Amino acid sequence: MTKVTMTVNGKAVSGDVEGRTLLSAFLREDQGLTGTHVGCDTSQCGACVVHVNGKAVKSCTMFASEANGAAVDTVEGQTNADGSLNVIQQAFQDHHGLQCGFCTPGMVMSAAALLKENPTPSEAEVREYLEGNICRCTGYHNIVKAIMAASGQDVSAIAAE
Amino acid sequence: MPRDTGIGAATLRREDVRFLTGTGEYTDDIVLAKQTYAVFARSTVAHGKIKSIDTSAAAQMPGVLAVFTGDDFVDVGGNPAGWLINSRDGEPMKEPKRPVLAHGKVRHVGDAYAAVIAETVEQARDAVEAIEADIEELPAIIDMNAALSSSTYVHDEIETNQCFDWGWIEDNREATDTAIKNAHHVTTLELVNNRLVPNAMEPRASIGSYKASTGEYTLHTTSQNPHLTRLLISAFVLGIPENMLTVIAPDVGGGFGSKIYHYGEEALVLAAAKQVGRPVKWTADRTESFLTDAHGRDHVTKIELALDAEGNFLAFRTDTKANVGAYLSNFSTATPTFLHGTLMGGNYTVPLVYVNVKAVFTNTAPVDAYRGAGRPEATYSIERVIDKAARELGMDPIELRRKNFVKPDQYPYASAAGLEYDAGNYDALMDKMEEVADISGFEARRKASEAKGLMRGLGVNAYIEACGIAPSNLVGVLGSRVGLYDAATVRVNATGNISVMVGAHSHGQGHETAFPQVVSDMLGIDASTIDIVHGDTSKIPFGMGTYGSRSLAVCGSAVVRATEKIIVKAKKIAAHMLEVTDQDISLNDGVFSVEGTNKSVTFGEVALKAYIPHDYPLESIEPGLEETAFYDPANFTYPSGAYACEVEVDPETGKVRVDRMCAVDDFGNVINPMIVTGQVHGGLAQGIGQALVEQTFYDEYGQLLSASYMDYTMPRADDLPMFQVDHSQGTPCVHNPLGVKGCGEAGAIGSPPTVVNAVVDALQSGGHNITHIDMPVTPVRVWEAMQNAK
Repeated sequence: MTKVTMTVNGKAVSGDVEGRTLLSAFLREDQGLTGTHVGCDTSQCGACVVHVNGKAVKSCTMFASEANGAAVDTVEGQTNADGSLNVIQQAFQDHHGLQCGFCTPGMVMSAAALLKENPTPSEAEVREYLEGNICRCTGYHNIVKAIMAASGQDVSAIAAE
Repeated sequence: MPRDTGIGAATLRREDVRFLTGTGEYTDDIVLAKQTYAVFARSTVAHGKIKSIDTSAAAQMPGVLAVFTGDDFVDVGGNPAGWLINSRDGEPMKEPKRPVLAHGKVRHVGDAYAAVIAETVEQARDAVEAIEADIEELPAIIDMNAALSSSTYVHDEIETNQCFDWGWIEDNREATDTAIKNAHHVTTLELVNNRLVPNAMEPRASIGSYKASTGEYTLHTTSQNPHLTRLLISAFVLGIPENMLTVIAPDVGGGFGSKIYHYGEEALVLAAAKQVGRPVKWTADRTESFLTDAHGRDHVTKIELALDAEGNFLAFRTDTKANVGAYLSNFSTATPTFLHGTLMGGNYTVPLVYVNVKAVFTNTAPVDAYRGAGRPEATYSIERVIDKAARELGMDPIELRRKNFVKPDQYPYASAAGLEYDAGNYDALMDKMEEVADISGFEARRKASEAKGLMRGLGVNAYIEACGIAPSNLVGVLGSRVGLYDAATVRVNATGNISVMVGAHSHGQGHETAFPQVVSDMLGIDASTIDIVHGDTSKIPFGMGTYGSRSLAVCGSAVVRATEKIIVKAKKIAAHMLEVTDQDISLNDGVFSVEGTNKSVTFGEVALKAYIPHDYPLESIEPGLEETAFYDPANFTYPSGAYACEVEVDPETGKVRVDRMCAVDDFGNVINPMIVTGQVHGGLAQGIGQALVEQTFYDEYGQLLSASYMDYTMPRADDLPMFQVDHSQGTPCVHNPLGVKGCGEAGAIGSPPTVVNAVVDALQSGGHNITHIDMPVTPVRVWEAMQNAK
């Protein structure tokens, strides 16, 4: 077992992990942060996306020990200071960008990383960026719309409610 | 105008907050005290004789608490088929036993033959590796035609690989044959409805627990219908009395059909929990899901359409082989028969329909209902052959459909396939589709595509489906072994807020938001004071669950009936409080008042009176304010629609890109248009996925080569366009109190033929004489078709 120390959502945490323990497992099982979901075994679905030192990472593809000393942010730490939904989360609710909710944490974290890199992405850029996040419920229409709305763009011309 | 939170309002979803903040609670998120972990040993061969299983080394591994094999379950029941189908000769279908763990033989790759329970999931996984199974590989039965002529059987005891040979409507057989023989024109098409893996993003998971002091079991599981799961485990598999088994389906991450069914893993964790005296958790990994979740579709069909010289449809005749896989999943026998054959009249006034379906056992994962379940198969066959007929006859595909539509003055309409359509207006849907999709602008867009060196095609479709299943009396006659009603309890608490316990289960459909809108509208109180309780058999009266687009049409109707009872009783209480008779009381905006006077009491005051019944007519009215209703519909509901798709095809690569996708649906009345639109979007994505990218591939040895997201193509954001969705042309269902029809599956039913029709149109426009390409229409298939057509 190896001792790891990291900052998770601004709070210092530590734990003993095996070499094979994935960051996703450390967050879910050691830290009880079950908002980070595991939807596949091949780093394809993106339900487990978190930020490590500000970059979007699939936490199922990184060992917990590799995150030693890092600053990790998960979906649980995304709300505003008063607990209200942040701009991206609120846009997902306003535009019905989620249904079953399972892929949602990864979508929210990927969207945050995208908007940091590209504050006003085009529809095509949003779709291309979401290549690593699979949603089976929404057909992506409302996710793309929500992310564009969160970037401050007018989405009223995009079809449907 | 609707109230802000009532029927018709696009109310934002209250469940979103927990999902967006990572505080949802899915089965794998739940940690029970002292829980242990199960891992299954699964067959690596498609078909094999189990000669021996030596678990002694595994049992000695660190952390191992118990090891189970099929021998431990020979005395318990099998997981049953829920629908009896009789063959044309009157013989009942073949129903081989589906055990908790394989016994004697393994029948598909992934078939579980043993399970280890250990302190940690890693220890259980390590111990599974130490199980020594001597399995003699047998020839794999994969191809359906080969299965029907083989003397090797998936189930030796039934001595055939044919489950049934079903005819519908058998009395129409000769007349249909004659009509086709004598017709002016017959269009024939052979097609494959490709096997799909539902791929809910949350893998299946279950936790069994057992309380020795009382004998009570609890199962947390990823289910669309916890009561049905309880019933199957209790009455058929483990024999646990229903009152000793609680089934809880907490937040569930999508289902699309795959989580309707009871699976052996659920029974295993319950039995194991009793033996080890601690909770037992199992969570599938994604490859396990691919190997063991019930798959969908997998039909091979020949369809013929007979027409007269004017283009009137005279008969549809189909010959289908339907793969049921290695075992009968719970609704696997209903899906290719009554959910498929009864829709083979489509939206049309065709006088004769005959459907033959042979269901075939193979050494593949079980196949069952997946989003649409039988109706996509029917729609695909009908709408592809109509498109081909239009091309052969030189008719416009929209006009040919319009010519044969059932007209608005023909309802109720008795279809040639045995259903009674209650309401619809297919021409109005087609009109709206032509407007929303801008069909008149297509030629200009085609020219623009051609200028870029691309072929552009337009495909259209009209569909009808039967959902909101269904009248219990009718389905009972047709072979269903369950009733298909639903139930709701409306509990008004003393302080006036309301809990509604519903039998439907929400796993993405937004019931927590939409159902309160109905109650809010009826009582005239704000929806924020109303909450929904679902997914726990200990808290709700009963329910058949969520599938077949039935939640609102059936369970929502039960909510209406229970709320009506609440209103009747509340009026009596109000009448007593206001010293009038209840006929004098009216309810508006949450206030009971006496017309023509200023006398009134609020809903909250009545609720309080019901629970603090001082000065209360106890001799004629019981205290409390809680009512339950069971609702069994009078008929199916019949959503319908008109769809259009435009694709661009690259002549160099065969790559198809969907540029425009328009869905105009008649769902009857709509409770929450935002949620309805979202349901259509998701269905469209799954339908486009089926049409263009999704392929479940078993090789000749029965190895599933597409068992991960590296190999099975899921539609991604950049595979899809923005969708144009309209549901303004609703004709209310005439037999349920809300006038609703159901919207969950429509997109997946209407879109596959629309897309393939568009691809064929594009290729034809490019001068390629291609009349059909099987789904998924991948670049290689398009490219090969172009080469072969040269």
